[in-house]
Amino acid sequence: MNANALVTRVRGQIPLLVTSVLLVSMFTVGSAQYDGFFSGQVLLNLLIDNAFLLVVAVGMTFVVLTGGIDLSVGAVVALSTMVSAWLVERHGWPPLLVIPLVLLMGTAAGWVMGWVIHTFEIQPFIVTLAGMFLARGLCYTISIESISITDPSYTAMAQTRIPLGDLFVSPSVVIALLVVAAGFVVLHYTRLGRNVYAIGGSEHSALLMGLRVGRTRTTVYAISGFCSALGGVLLTFYMLSGYGLHAVGLELDAIAAVVIGGTLLTGGSGYLLGTVLGVLVLGLIQTVISFQGTLSSWWTRIVIGGLLFVFIVLQRLITVRRR
Amino acid sequence: MRQQPVLEVRGIRKEFPGVVALDGVDFRLFPGEVHALMGENGAGKSTLIKVLTGVYPADGGEVVLAGQRVRFAGPLQAQQAGISTVYQEVNLCPNLSVAENIFIGREPRRLGLIDWAEMRRRAAELVRTMELDIDVTAPLDNYSIAIQQLVAIVRAVDASARVLILDEPTSSLDREEVSRLFTVMRRLRDQGVAVLFVSHFLDQIYEICDRMTVLRNGRLEGEYLTSELNQVELVSRMIGAELAGLDQLAGGKRRERSAPTGDRAFLRAQGLARKGAVEPYDLAIRPGEVVGLAGLLGSGRTEAARLLFGADHKDRGTVRIDDAETDLRSPRDAIGHGIAFCSENRKTEGLVGELTVRENIVLALQAARGWARPLSRTTQDKLALRWIRALDIRPGDPEALVRNLSGGNQQKVLLARWLITDPKLLILDEPTRGIDIGAKAEIQKLVADLAEKGMAVLFISAELEEVLRLSHRVGVLRDRRMVAQLRNDDALTPERVLATIASGAEQ
Repeated sequence: MNANALVTRVRGQIPLLVTSVLLVSMFTVGSAQYDGFFSGQVLLNLLIDNAFLLVVAVGMTFVVLTGGIDLSVGAVVALSTMVSAWLVERHGWPPLLVIPLVLLMGTAAGWVMGWVIHTFEIQPFIVTLAGMFLARGLCYTISIESISITDPSYTAMAQTRIPLGDLFVSPSVVIALLVVAAGFVVLHYTRLGRNVYAIGGSEHSALLMGLRVGRTRTTVYAISGFCSALGGVLLTFYMLSGYGLHAVGLELDAIAAVVIGGTLLTGGSGYLLGTVLGVLVLGLIQTVISFQGTLSSWWTRIVIGGLLFVFIVLQRLITVRRR
Repeated sequence: MRQQPVLEVRGIRKEFPGVVALDGVDFRLFPGEVHALMGENGAGKSTLIKVLTGVYPADGGEVVLAGQRVRFAGPLQAQQAGISTVYQEVNLCPNLSVAENIFIGREPRRLGLIDWAEMRRRAAELVRTMELDIDVTAPLDNYSIAIQQLVAIVRAVDASARVLILDEPTSSLDREEVSRLFTVMRRLRDQGVAVLFVSHFLDQIYEICDRMTVLRNGRLEGEYLTSELNQVELVSRMIGAELAGLDQLAGGKRRERSAPTGDRAFLRAQGLARKGAVEPYDLAIRPGEVVGLAGLLGSGRTEAARLLFGADHKDRGTVRIDDAETDLRSPRDAIGHGIAFCSENRKTEGLVGELTVRENIVLALQAARGWARPLSRTTQDKLALRWIRALDIRPGDPEALVRNLSGGNQQKVLLARWLITDPKLLILDEPTRGIDIGAKAEIQKLVADLAEKGMAVLFISAELEEVLRLSHRVGVLRDRRMVAQLRNDDALTPERVLATIASGAEQ
């Protein structure tokens, strides 16, 4: 490998490196600043509190890698919590039936959006915006109130602690990590995954190379829909309620996590590991601010906004250099 | 005499709104030959290729592959049937590794998962057989266009080895890279692959091709053995008439030039520079003078011109227009001073494909007048028709969509757009790149006529003969530095310019 090739390859990893450095330094500063910050449980709590976001962000990574965007994820999460709570509490359906049903519903919603995007060649932005309004609106046809969940299987999922030595995680964390692992395998070891990267690199080329662009694109949105529905299910474990106002703006958190994790918004470059780091960074900002105690929680948004600017400019610099 | 054609096309027809691109074309391709598809821009070459590969459905006629009638729904089907294409612009994914670009869509798998080790091993093997020494795990955009093109060919041949279509693969390659490509093409031919080769370089056609099919205006002109048709005959078949002054095109007599006299320059640049783009250079262009810029690809020709148009901002130096110092901050400033810039990327930097020829032509003039004073439709029609006729834009329909026009005709529309504003200095960046010989000659003649009428022209081209034929003076660039400005008298030969480029000092 010549030096030039090495430089190009390292350059592709810069965002990921920056994110890792950021995560480590935030944790170090937090540990130095606040008592009780430096503990494994603080880190694990990041995962526990953000398991649903992580799952949603995995789906979002697939979409962004193709150069698309999915604005409907937050609303699909809310709809999933609503449908789960409604079927379980008001109609007494068993959770083992409700959960697969909800997952199927989310996948189908994503598939339809992907199909519309591809068939009619419409911007993903506008199609998923429509999907967002639709899903959010549907929540309120079920109920305008929050429906709390008292079903024992849900409360069990909420309260179970899986011990890891002295520390613990929730079942949701295990599920989220399984989703990350599955996503990684799909992206790197299946044709579907490689087609995702190819489409993000150059859709025109992918088409001329005979790749199944339409099917891939539809599948990617279906995956995002599935992840949103699963995120919704995890959120019901966490909140023990279904509510139309759950997960407002979650789509933006997911996009932020993906971008901070180093995936290019133009598609074709990025890693799931980066997305995991991105989610952790978002969670850590929140943790630092809650440890700080005097700042209002809106400071989370301000910091995320600043970080996003930095990362987008960084992405731009990297892609410009590459030309 | 020979075996059956591997690919045969009978009476193929394809229409676009307002344009008949192919009108009953027949075409045969035999295994083990390199076959040239010839024709001017707009003759239907690209359309025929896109019909063969399933990108466009045909409106009539039939395609027969190895004795079977076929109708492809897309490039994937064509590929599976054994027809692969390498396009002018490399159609691979720059973000993926070389190995992946070769194998994507048909990766070796084990237990349903991609077997990366096997894929890399096989890719390295294939690349070696093409005598390429590259790292197959590196991303494709680490490599030059030439290598990317060879990778595309590796992919195409490995995917299906019956018919390989090469659509203008050589337009961005240097001489050495072309000969490497030809070695590969010969090897494939000897293995029995049918190679269809499209190029505007006649010398290359005669070097590599066994037979050729000539198209003109969407119709079949004829099928010939390369050895039976000399270059002048070929060109006249492509153009469809004995073109006046064909000897001139073949590189013979130069156009008579009378250099403009007087010291008054329209534009005078002194020490103009931009970091990373071009080193400080001086340049003066008088009215009626054609100044050529010569140099290799990437030597800073375009960058030098962009500074004069305000498209990039200078770091140093001054520009004086009509003896008054001027700061060109943007193309808008430059246009205001009567400077026009026809860029080499006509697709991305100039034309609006979704608008009609008429709308594209009047765009710049309308912008110069301001949108508050619209040109009447009658005036627009009159202007459009005048320039369509003056530049022989085909089809001659002002309402045809620009994206349906061929490359050469798009270039003419772009030229018309600028000429209509009556500029004092016309900057032409590779105006004849990728267009056919007939349109080339017309554009060259046009440039000469404009200069005679008093327009100053800065003419950039990779073809030295062309620069020498048109220019009064030639600025030579090398490694982003203007190394010499040569007076174009009888003593200036392409060899002397080449020597100047090579040595970096005036020869």
